[in-house]
Amino acid sequence: MRRTTDVAPAAKRSAPATAARRPPATTPSRRGAPRPRGGWTPWLYLAPALAVLGALLVYPVYQLGLISFLEYTQAQVSGGEPTRFRGLGNYTDLFADDQFGQVLLATVGFAAACVLGTLAVGCALAVLLTRVRALPRLALLLAALGAWATPTITGSTVWLFLFDPDFGPVNRLLGLGDFSWTYGRYSAFLLVLLEVVWCSFPFVMITVYAGIRAVPGEVLEAAALDGASQWRIWRSVLAPMLRPILGIVTVQSVIWDFKVFTQIYVMTGGGGIAGQNLVLNVYAYQKAFASSQYSLGSAIGVVMLLLLLAVTLGYLRLLRRQGEDL
Amino acid sequence: MSRVRLAVRRPWRLAAEVTALLVAAVVAFPLYWMVLGALRPAGEIESTEPRPWTASPTLDSFRRVFEQHDFGRYFVNSLVVAGSVVLASALIAFLAATAVTRFRFRFRTTLLIMFLVAQMVPVEALTIPLFFLMRDFGLLNTLGSLILPHIAFSLPFAVWMLRGFVRAVPESLEEAAYLDGASRARFLWRILLPLVLPGLVATSVFSFISAWNDFLFAKSFIISDTSQSTLPMALLVFYKPDEPDWGGVMAASTVMTVPVLVFFVLVQRRLVSGLGGAVKD
Repeated sequence: MRRTTDVAPAAKRSAPATAARRPPATTPSRRGAPRPRGGWTPWLYLAPALAVLGALLVYPVYQLGLISFLEYTQAQVSGGEPTRFRGLGNYTDLFADDQFGQVLLATVGFAAACVLGTLAVGCALAVLLTRVRALPRLALLLAALGAWATPTITGSTVWLFLFDPDFGPVNRLLGLGDFSWTYGRYSAFLLVLLEVVWCSFPFVMITVYAGIRAVPGEVLEAAALDGASQWRIWRSVLAPMLRPILGIVTVQSVIWDFKVFTQIYVMTGGGGIAGQNLVLNVYAYQKAFASSQYSLGSAIGVVMLLLLLAVTLGYLRLLRRQGEDL
Repeated sequence: MSRVRLAVRRPWRLAAEVTALLVAAVVAFPLYWMVLGALRPAGEIESTEPRPWTASPTLDSFRRVFEQHDFGRYFVNSLVVAGSVVLASALIAFLAATAVTRFRFRFRTTLLIMFLVAQMVPVEALTIPLFFLMRDFGLLNTLGSLILPHIAFSLPFAVWMLRGFVRAVPESLEEAAYLDGASRARFLWRILLPLVLPGLVATSVFSFISAWNDFLFAKSFIISDTSQSTLPMALLVFYKPDEPDWGGVMAASTVMTVPVLVFFVLVQRRLVSGLGGAVKD
């Protein structure tokens, strides 16, 4: 991430970008300079954060793992039966269950489609924003802020209304008659996907747009003078310079889209007909709170946790390899 | 940048601007349709030939929403939850961000990585243990059961994002303050806090949204005492899968969306520069 920080001041001084961009490797960076060693002060400042996170994040994660190894259903919760240690029993049950495999596959596929859609739309519109004058730019920014600000649950109901077979404008516009989007498995997933992209592309667009603005104009001008096409400029100049930003945006999107709950729950009515639109989050919720199989729900939660942890660690390794410092 | 924009040839720029306006219209359309649906008279909303305007706007749906159910109460509950989360997490995150950017200490990098990893934890997966935790502390059916988890879940991202803002305050300022005899606490609250405030506001947007949007916790933790319910649950009262009251749903949705929109428009400029600042560093 240091690369962009070094670019920004260079742009302000409007010095030749290449000369100022990389400080000699021997100069200690400003951030590496000795800092006041506050003794206990930093820990004092950190204490509230650590207390809250310890009690409400770390401890629940520990509990989640613990419950996933127990037999824990309604009988144990009400104290009628003693809790019993089951070892990996819940996990073997889970992986022997055909539906779990399907849900896992659907979750990964759905999240991947959402991430790709969000990134493609967000990046394309960010580039578009740099190509237009103030008025269209303001219109697009305001519309995007509106979509971003819309609460998940109202977004879900409004999109359902838009695609309603009887009263929705979309079917009229496309001449689909009374085609029900939530009836088929793939059309229901597509509908949720469109809503997810609609409400999550603004974050990508605004972040990438802010990143592009930090790129010195000279670089883009030089590329344009050399006759590079728009696509070529994006691929060979902007994308590499924006790589740290794109990395963050991608990881955030993966995390958000993997955890989609409200949209699926509301738009497909709790996971679709016969559970055809279940994703892991909704599946875990249904198992735990609808059928009181808390231990099975926790095991699903642990699987999600591990998958997201793998993504995070991969991202951290990537950061390290690019020589970023935290 | 302006010179580059001049270099873009005219017809292309015109095409780009038309595209931008079209996209803006498409993106804004669901919100327009929501407000329109809320203002339509009862008969018109159930029409199979929906028109993109209404000849006789009425506030009937809004009246129905506020009269029939305890909607106003839910609205206040939601505001209390979101407001408490924003204030508490902003304060706690500011202290933590100061610690990790202004000091060098052992485990600093480890802590930062922990904050990053903490963001990945699927909140929804923790519903089960949190449910038992809240039950043991007698917090079920209270707003506290919604406030506390959201403070915890919005903290890691807030700390991560605030780092850039705290770092941007020059260290010479800190040294000057100490030379002038200011104490650490005085520097923290009287100098650093006002300077970081724009960033704090930008960060608040995220904690506000996550608390305001919360549906899963409200559904799981507020089980019997509906007077402690929040807006998302209230909205679903109007949405019955077989026969949804679309006018009511759209009016309730509008009421729920407006505060967030206002908040966004107020902090809009800081948000754009804030995101840029956060990811740049």
